[in-house]
Amino acid sequence: MTIQAARPAPTLTTSMGGERMTVAIGGGWTIHASREMEDLLIALKPGVSGFVTIDMSGVTHLDTAGAWLIHRLQGDFEFKGSRVEFVGLSDKFKSLVGEIESHHPPTWKPRIRGRSIMGLLEATGRQMVEIGKDVVAVCHIVGSLAVVLSGILVNPRRLRGISVAVQFDRSCIGAVPIVALMSFLIGGIISQQGGFYLRTFGADLYVVDLAGVLVLREIGVLLTAIMVAGRSGSAFTAELGSMKMREEMDALHVIGLRVTEVLILPRLLALMIALPILAFIADLSALFGSGLVTWAYLDIPPQIFMQRLNEAVTLETLWVGLLKAPFMAMIIGLIACVEGLKVSGSAESLGLHTTLSVVKAIFMVIVVDGLFAIFFASVGI
Amino acid sequence: MREAGEQALKPGQRSEIEVLKARGVTVGFGDKLVLENLDLDVYRSEILGFVGGSGTGKSVLMRAILGLVEKRAGKIEVFGEDLDKTSPEERAGIERRWGVLFQQGALFSSLNVRQNIQVPMREHMNMSQRLMDEMALLKLEMVGLPRDAAEKAPSELSGGMIKRASLARALALDPDLVFLDEPTSGLDPIGAAAFDDLIKRLRDALGLTVYMVTHDLDSLHSICDRIAVLGERRVLVTGTIDEMMQVDHPWVKAYFRGERALRRAEQDEV
Ligand SMILES: Nc1ncnc2c1ncn2[C@@H]1O[C@H](COP(=O)(O)OP(=O)(O)OP(=O)(O)O)[C@@H](O)[C@H]1O
Ligand SMILES: [Mg+2]
Repeated sequence: MTIQAARPAPTLTTSMGGERMTVAIGGGWTIHASREMEDLLIALKPGVSGFVTIDMSGVTHLDTAGAWLIHRLQGDFEFKGSRVEFVGLSDKFKSLVGEIESHHPPTWKPRIRGRSIMGLLEATGRQMVEIGKDVVAVCHIVGSLAVVLSGILVNPRRLRGISVAVQFDRSCIGAVPIVALMSFLIGGIISQQGGFYLRTFGADLYVVDLAGVLVLREIGVLLTAIMVAGRSGSAFTAELGSMKMREEMDALHVIGLRVTEVLILPRLLALMIALPILAFIADLSALFGSGLVTWAYLDIPPQIFMQRLNEAVTLETLWVGLLKAPFMAMIIGLIACVEGLKVSGSAESLGLHTTLSVVKAIFMVIVVDGLFAIFFASVGI
Repeated sequence: MREAGEQALKPGQRSEIEVLKARGVTVGFGDKLVLENLDLDVYRSEILGFVGGSGTGKSVLMRAILGLVEKRAGKIEVFGEDLDKTSPEERAGIERRWGVLFQQGALFSSLNVRQNIQVPMREHMNMSQRLMDEMALLKLEMVGLPRDAAEKAPSELSGGMIKRASLARALALDPDLVFLDEPTSGLDPIGAAAFDDLIKRLRDALGLTVYMVTHDLDSLHSICDRIAVLGERRVLVTGTIDEMMQVDHPWVKAYFRGERALRRAEQDEV
């Protein structure tokens, strides 16, 4: 017994004898030679003749693919009005041919995919409906969060402290090194770029104002939120999505637990505590990076940096940045959970919704940041 | 390819050629051995029923044979080739000749049933789309699925339909050897009987060798030519169902001559 014994190639020869056409089939008719078999059959155009004999005595190997093709050939002849008979079918193939004859796949139609202006409109319409459904889904979750929260106010023990702590550990403590490193680099880059530009005006020292205000009000919290959306938001979606795929959500339901209470609230709370802390750490390390770069490149010693920073920023500047963090965290968490709950049975949809979760969260974080900028400007901060 | 003349063995006439030969197979996870020094033979064109208590390692042995679980020691030959010594091409040749039905179905969730059945054809064969579609529908019919199941996603199928669709995929390339992990669990008795009948018909029509893990006493009685019992980390006994009835090992005795088994036997006699 060898792996690939030489397989005889399929053969097909036709001969005419008066009214009768004889098709002699031979060799190996198996799935391994599908292309050859199909080519042989395409070359043979069933003509109109009264009687056809299919001679199978030369067939050495036969499997379902070969048997099906021969069966199809018989069908083609009969469709043209010929009478078909088989000769020379060896005993060992009889049960196989019988098996094939007892099943009739429907006639084959190629699938056509329509592409038109209507299709484009339809897709746009569907997208709009999807967006509408998203909004409803977010409202739904917010509503059920409100119910759960009011329950917790009445009975604080229903708050799952341990879950919140575990989620906090994953989304905050675990993120500290990368957030700190990223902010350190950004702080350094801002000072370096800004510093050289300001130096041409002889206004080197104002780089401290630039970095201080920019980092504390905007960059620190925004970059942290983006990092958290990529890190924790995608994790939430993937976790909830795969739980949904494996019916774990349904199990929670029938045991009488609320998904919002058990899964969503702890994640959301943890994220809302984590993001301000991370943003604060990001602010500190960005200012540290900025201080180092101004010292090294612009020869501004740390004492002067600190003094200038004191004049440039107030506690209010810091609060303006940190105030945004819990809102951004809520948006990231909500979008992640909504997307997670939308995952359907397939692995593909899990991937799709994880991607969507991150993209939507980052987009919304930036939109919210803009709204906050308008708000702060109008209240004069 | 199977040789001419061996395609249809008459029932009762057993081929002595081993399709699968395992010697001294040892598999463990961490410091716990699941299989130790296990020997097993599977002969051509037979239906081997494989039984054993839950968690004794039936699935693990199947996965070890398929190369999905690392074995610590031993040798496994499939189609006469030592699986540890094959070149990648030989390995691909072997993979084309076996089909697997996993315990959980393992259909690709992002493809529909028709595309699932076509995956092996698309990857290993050179076929037109028309023939692939026809073959997929033919296999679907053969395993007893309704035609409209072809365009359904795996998540839209019932448990029994998943089993059938997965069997259709295992049979896509007309393999010589199929591994079935509990094919009839979760099927209704009528469906299970039809499934058994199907496996037997396929064996007779295609000369399949079937390695079937099962707990279904009906399957063991009606279609299995030989039964192997796994226990104490090795194959305890092998033999026909009648031979199983004579074995004195307590577990084997409880299994084949327990209350449920005897009730079944009584029904047989009626
Ligand atoms: N990946 C793994 N890591 C650690 N242990 C495992 C792993 N897979 C299986 N096991 C252990 O190996 C043993 C055998 O498992 P296996 O799935 O083969 O059981 P089985 O005989 O198929 O049972 P069942 O009839 O319930 O399907 C079990 O004790 C299981 O816990
Ligand atoms: Mg198992």
